[in-house]
Amino acid sequence: MAVGWTVNLHALIAQADAEPSVNIALNIGFGLIATVMIFAAFSVVTTKNVVHAALYLVLVLAGVAAQFILASAEFLAVAQVMVYIGAVMVLFLFGIMLTRAQIGKEDGLNNQGWQLGIPVAVGLFGLLGYVVFNTFEDDVLDERAPFPTEQLSDQYLSAYLVPFLAVSFVLLAAAIGAIVLARKD
Amino acid sequence: MLAVNFLLLAAVLFCIGVFGVIARRNAVLVLMSIELILAAVNLNFVAFAMMNDNIDGQVFALFVIAIAAAEVGVGLAMVLMIYRNRKSIALDGLSEMKG
Repeated sequence: MAVGWTVNLHALIAQADAEPSVNIALNIGFGLIATVMIFAAFSVVTTKNVVHAALYLVLVLAGVAAQFILASAEFLAVAQVMVYIGAVMVLFLFGIMLTRAQIGKEDGLNNQGWQLGIPVAVGLFGLLGYVVFNTFEDDVLDERAPFPTEQLSDQYLSAYLVPFLAVSFVLLAAAIGAIVLARKD
Repeated sequence: MLAVNFLLLAAVLFCIGVFGVIARRNAVLVLMSIELILAAVNLNFVAFAMMNDNIDGQVFALFVIAIAAAEVGVGLAMVLMIYRNRKSIALDGLSEMKG
């Protein structure tokens, strides 16, 4: 990862020399948020306390919302905050409280062969990073005004109307299914 | 800003999520790792929407958010049912379906 970021920085500096339109403040903000997100994501999968894992996950999801704003997707950022930080995290905390007895550090959160995950994750990142870097090395995200929300809603109610209705049925089915599964009878 | 920034960040989050799915034994923590993976995918969608100046990527990202919410609801209901039946949500103990 360090090599990737360093190379990235060189590309960035070269680009800043070439054309003065690159926004340095945007890049610094991106880097800060990305650092916090990676640290928090790493904590989610390594901490020994399940409640702390949920709170670190809030940090990651808030970081994703902030990155959405940097990527001029404001409606998605608001939806991310409402759906994930508002609803999904409450569900997670309910799940944690309903399924465990003690609060605090807990052993046995990891599998027996959990070390197997390290080479898999590192290998996968090597592959993904190589492919991404080779393919999109020179692509620049131009600064632009946020996509207007009406454009999004136009897409939903014209080209993507059928998938939109299908998703609403999926949500309904999931809600009913969750009630049926979790009901005491 | 370079597109590689977003894509590499999404790749890091994705790999951390995959590690969590493999390494964790607690079912709720596995669901959290799946949320990490879906967040990484959403970041990619939004980055590509911005790169191609086309809003379809954001449309798909909103679909992913909706499906993820449904998945967490059903997943946690299943975890609750497993806990009620077995008094434990350790995934390596779930071997009833072994032949």
